[in-house]
Amino acid sequence: MDKFVIEDANLWYGSFQALKSISLNIPEREIVAFIGPSGCGKSTLLKSLNRMNDLVENVRIEGKFLLDGMNIYDKRADSNLLRRRVGMVFQKPNPFPMSVYDNIAYGPRTHGVRGKARLDDIVEKSLRDAGLWDEVSSRLKQSALGLSGGQQQRLCIARSLAVEPEVLLMDEPTSALDPISTGRIEELALSLKKCYTIVIVTHNMQQAARIADKTAFFLLGSMIEYGDTEKIFSNPSDRRTEDYITGRFG
Amino acid sequence: MNKRRQTPDGTKGQSRRRDSGSRGRRARIVENAMRILFLIAALFAAAAVALICVFLFANGVPAMRKIGLWSFLSGRLWAPERDIYGVLPMILGSVYVTAGAILIGVPTGILSAIFLARFCPDRLHRILRPAVDLLAGIPSVVYGFFGLTVIVPGIRAIFGGSGTSMLAASIVLGIMILPTIVGVSESAIRAVPDSYYEGSLALGASHERSVFRAVVPAAKSGILSAVILGIGRAVGETMAVVMVAGNQTVMPSGITKGLRTLTANIVIEMGYAADLHREALIATGVVLFVFILLINFCFSLITRRDRT
Amino acid sequence: MNRRAESLLLRAAVWLAIGLTAGILAWIVIYILCKGVPHLTPSLFAWKYTSDNGSVTPAIVNTVTMTLLSLSLALPVGIGAAVYLSEYARHDSRTAAVLRTAAQTLSGIPSILYGLFGYLVFVITLGWSFSLFAGAVTLALMILPVILRTTEEALLSVPQSVRDASFALGAGKLRTVFRVALPSALPGILSGVILATGRVVGETAALIYTAGTVAQIPKSIMGSGRTLAVHMYALWKEGLAQDKAYATAVVLLGVSLGLNLLSDAVAKKLGKGRELRG
Repeated sequence: MDKFVIEDANLWYGSFQALKSISLNIPEREIVAFIGPSGCGKSTLLKSLNRMNDLVENVRIEGKFLLDGMNIYDKRADSNLLRRRVGMVFQKPNPFPMSVYDNIAYGPRTHGVRGKARLDDIVEKSLRDAGLWDEVSSRLKQSALGLSGGQQQRLCIARSLAVEPEVLLMDEPTSALDPISTGRIEELALSLKKCYTIVIVTHNMQQAARIADKTAFFLLGSMIEYGDTEKIFSNPSDRRTEDYITGRFG
Repeated sequence: MNKRRQTPDGTKGQSRRRDSGSRGRRARIVENAMRILFLIAALFAAAAVALICVFLFANGVPAMRKIGLWSFLSGRLWAPERDIYGVLPMILGSVYVTAGAILIGVPTGILSAIFLARFCPDRLHRILRPAVDLLAGIPSVVYGFFGLTVIVPGIRAIFGGSGTSMLAASIVLGIMILPTIVGVSESAIRAVPDSYYEGSLALGASHERSVFRAVVPAAKSGILSAVILGIGRAVGETMAVVMVAGNQTVMPSGITKGLRTLTANIVIEMGYAADLHREALIATGVVLFVFILLINFCFSLITRRDRT
Repeated sequence: MNRRAESLLLRAAVWLAIGLTAGILAWIVIYILCKGVPHLTPSLFAWKYTSDNGSVTPAIVNTVTMTLLSLSLALPVGIGAAVYLSEYARHDSRTAAVLRTAAQTLSGIPSILYGLFGYLVFVITLGWSFSLFAGAVTLALMILPVILRTTEEALLSVPQSVRDASFALGAGKLRTVFRVALPSALPGILSGVILATGRVVGETAALIYTAGTVAQIPKSIMGSGRTLAVHMYALWKEGLAQDKAYATAVVLLGVSLGLNLLSDAVAKKLGKGRELRG
């Protein structure tokens, strides 16, 4: 079953067209990777899925973005509710300058969860799901800024999980991390797949090959090819895809 | 759809979503209300400027018209008891005193800034920087008092006369604008990329020469805006000047003689002025305001050019 | 010209300049302390002012009242305006450009013009007469640009990525502003508050004709009362009690020193926060 259905999406920043007529389906509880050279529109498309592009000035979006059949750009749609259902992890870890606990509890509190016991449960569960609980359970009250980069990124993932999203968007989540931390995030993504639909933008083709079920290749705002990861990497049907994944450009 | 959130009690998910819907609407109303509130706060700041401008001009300009703009600005005599209002002595007073302050404060300030930015050992900097900040924090009455009890007697001893004079006011103001000039110039000099300095060193120039010939010229516009800020502060300063300048309403006649500035004119006579006299004082404020606007204009001209 | 001589000359010039700057500061501070400290007698801090004891206690109380009043008026407006400029206004917004120019103009106006304005509008036209309140409103206008500018700068230095994280969790603008942006900007806002406090404590020209020069603690904020700086000015104006003026100067100097130390401490904390974030 498809979680997201995107039909003929176009996006402009001012007069620059960043997305050109893109259509693709994202199946539920799978990992979909967006790959392509810098500036190809993969991050832009990702940010359209939780309407983070709304925050950019002079942006114009056309086309359908259906989440469970409902258009997320519908006039009556509430972008805050959408973002609760579609969580996001950013390129650089961006914990709030508060304690580990308050970082995780921020989302639930935003959506009206009160009561220490409930928040405690959510914090513990989210940190466990993100594989961070054992490392930080003794320092929940300390500043999240004191964690290592890899820990911070897993904290950000835990923070997203705390609002019980259905989809998790990851925008090059490991590009600022060392190989060991990267490995842990990849393992985490694979284990989260059981409950969440994950869309990941990555520069790292091995990463896409390792974890994604499906992969989409973008170039200059257009989607060149989309299919099972195995096929894209072993037998791409477009010459440009082949050139990119074999490292001839990009 | 949305299987994960389905609970045994199938309606729960539904009601929760409806809840969020009404909360969403209320949230939107609050969001918009606060946005407007923030905008009002911002507009208030603009309105305050407008109000001050309008008020000063609306009250000062009629007086200028009554007195006659030219005879107000170029009149050499200020004699409220005879309804004669010539503000030229005060205009010159402000200009002279400011010029004196610049003469004293600018070279000292810029050289100090160069020292702090490029010559100062770290440990000394940790003492001097807060010291300069402290200089900025001392209230102007304290400067005035210091001038009155130290500088004025000094001038009296050397040059004779009363000691309250243009020179005393210039020295006090020169000291008062030091922290402004040092602070702004230092950050301008520090903002110059190291490559300027290194490039000059690589050509065989000494440390001193590299700093003065390569780094400082590159910080020119920053230093200039420091000077302009200093001028603004000197022109607008009131209390310290009142205490040491003598305040005679005569044309300035020498650096050891007394004079009165625009600011002093207002603060000295406002307490008992009425009718045309009061309006003439407001008109004095207008003249001062125009000076400040001109200085502001120069400042924004320089910072804007700097940005492009 | 001889290279070595030139280097030596330039070096001497900067050392001389800094020596002068530091020397003057040291001179002022030491002079005031030497002359003033011996006159810091208990009677100087008597609860009631008489022309005999020249007590500064009422002036200190009035200064604190004045600071609290003007800050409580200026802070909501200044912070609100800064939030609008940095969080809501578009980058190319004309309104924002006008507002920034306005704030810049406001910050360049000499305090005597604020005093003139306050006297004519609040004291005379609105009939508040000489009162702490009229003084506080005048000073609030004066410190408004200080608060606005420091808050805006502090907000601009909060990384956008942190706001994005908040939005991505489904938080609205308001929650993001109050729970993420403003708390992160708090040290910067605090240093603005300290700066503004310094201006209020040191201000004289804007207060003489708005708050007046009565040397007692007024019964209410609608009564006249002089702050420490005005008190000092009045001592000079009345031409009596030189030694009391010295002692008052010591108190004023102490307050400015304290505020400076406080602002250093805040700046250090700010720096530490930045390091952690980096």
